[in-house]
Amino acid sequence: MIEAKDIVLRMGTRQIIDGVSFTVRPGRVTALLGPNGAGKSTMISLFSGERRPDGGGVEIDGEKMERFDPLALARRRAVLLQHSSLDFDFTVAEVVALGRLPFGTTRDALDDEEACLTAGRQSGIEALWSRLYRTLSGGERQRVQFARALAQIWRRGSETHASRYLLLDEPTSALDLRHRRVLLESARRLADEGVGVLAVLHDLNLAADYADDVVLLDHGRVRVAGGKDDVLTQENLSTCFMTPVEIMRKADGSIAILA
Amino acid sequence: MDEAAVTDTTAALPSLRRLPRAALLGALAAFLGLVFLLALGIGAMPIPAREVMRVLLGFATDSQAEAIILGLRLPRATLAVLVGGGLGISGAALQGLFRNPLADPGLIGISGGAALGAVSIIVLGHLLIAVLPIAADQHLLPVAAFLGGLAATFATERLAHHRGITATGILLLAGIAINAMAGAVMGVLIYSSDDAQLREITFWTMGSLAKGGWSGVTLSAPFVIFAVLMLMRCAAPLNAMLLGEREAHNLGVSVERLKRIVMIAAALAVGASVAVSGIIAFVGVVVPHLVRMAAGPDHRIVLPGSALLGAALLLIADCGARVIVAPAEMPIGLVTSLIGSPFFLWLLLRRKGVGA
Repeated sequence: MIEAKDIVLRMGTRQIIDGVSFTVRPGRVTALLGPNGAGKSTMISLFSGERRPDGGGVEIDGEKMERFDPLALARRRAVLLQHSSLDFDFTVAEVVALGRLPFGTTRDALDDEEACLTAGRQSGIEALWSRLYRTLSGGERQRVQFARALAQIWRRGSETHASRYLLLDEPTSALDLRHRRVLLESARRLADEGVGVLAVLHDLNLAADYADDVVLLDHGRVRVAGGKDDVLTQENLSTCFMTPVEIMRKADGSIAILA
Repeated sequence: MDEAAVTDTTAALPSLRRLPRAALLGALAAFLGLVFLLALGIGAMPIPAREVMRVLLGFATDSQAEAIILGLRLPRATLAVLVGGGLGISGAALQGLFRNPLADPGLIGISGGAALGAVSIIVLGHLLIAVLPIAADQHLLPVAAFLGGLAATFATERLAHHRGITATGILLLAGIAINAMAGAVMGVLIYSSDDAQLREITFWTMGSLAKGGWSGVTLSAPFVIFAVLMLMRCAAPLNAMLLGEREAHNLGVSVERLKRIVMIAAALAVGASVAVSGIIAFVGVVVPHLVRMAAGPDHRIVLPGSALLGAALLLIADCGARVIVAPAEMPIGLVTSLIGSPFFLWLLLRRKGVGA
């Protein structure tokens, strides 16, 4: 698991993360929710090892984050960021193949082609395969970047591996209704295979449908964290987002959130 | 995949037109070899290809041809290969590092600093020569230009450096500032120079491979070769950099180390090139573009391809420089600028059409 312990991060004089602790567990989808500016993307960059906290620490499977070099990290976790720009004419296939970069000449590199094709299929981008990335729409680009992240953490089925993690920063922001579901179903499936998934989401209903655990972040602090049924309550959501929220229980027992 | 090509008429074609890596690099290497041999034959006194081969293999029948080839054309062609290859691969790597296909080695201060070094020696060198051994005389200018280029790059990098991170945007602005400062000091030197010095400065800034000779080759070769070898190892990480610095980090690239390596290598290659040949513009911008147009942006092709094509194109430009106004000679920097600047403009306009 990846564990954040009492993280403090300052930007100038402002404390943007103020004593945050929570855990991303293998086999579970953790949704990170909260209003704009709560510090969600910052938490992703702390979990990915891109930023070092000013106080507290992040541990991966009990080892301090600082002990890993970027390459070792890249073999354990993949990250999908909010904004990516590319000014060069890579094809979709080439962008997805970049996900295999951390495996260079290792034994896992033998699986490169299969990893890319599987990732492409799961992200529903086969039809875009030979297109130039620059000519894609925003949503298509997001799906391609997701496929790149999938290719990075893909491993051959039955073998046992060190734990793997997938960190997603608003992965569905540009996606249509169907592809939001397709993407989160892929993430869900990976979690069922043992991957630890952390996803920043704005759509509360997607969190309700696909997450196991939910962390509500507000002003750089964890407001509530725990199983989704305990966290996604009318009271928690209304106070955190400062807007009235209603929760409806559907016939199958799942919930729908109206805001 | 076929289905995609049929249903999608907008973009499938450019990728399908890409040449495979081995074919492109093989063709470029063969092209470079051919151009190299031609360059040895072309000139005020044309030498037939058969005689060129005989001289190279060591059993010349014409001693005059042998003297011209071994004493003049061979070092000059070798210098063109080193300078063109160094400028080409450095431009390609810097464009990847800055994620900007229109970036130029001049951006990080190399050429401005080198020019300042050269101009200082041209104008003030006589003060130094008085105290230095005579042997140092002819190396003074290239060494000063080389050190000037390195110093300017180092200053640019330091300015953009903060808490272990080099901010790429600030790097570009710092490069502009350093270039402007070098230009200002150069202006003062030029203002205080006499007519002969002024003429020498003017010709130096237009670039030439005529003066380098074998000493130019031995001065620049170690740096250019070292830089090429360093840059070739950066191909895969530079591919990741095209997605963005954060993405590259997440893909396992030590981003700050990569920046340092690419900048040092580019400063060595471009600094050494400028030192022996003066300022030769546009090779570093245009050459990587041509390779990308043929083979896509993969640095595993673009880096070696730019080295090979840069060398070949500079050889051709130098032949042009020697032949166009024969028996006089045109500065090669003029030739590359005359061809390169309209091409650069065309690239900009083309991007405007695509990017909008």
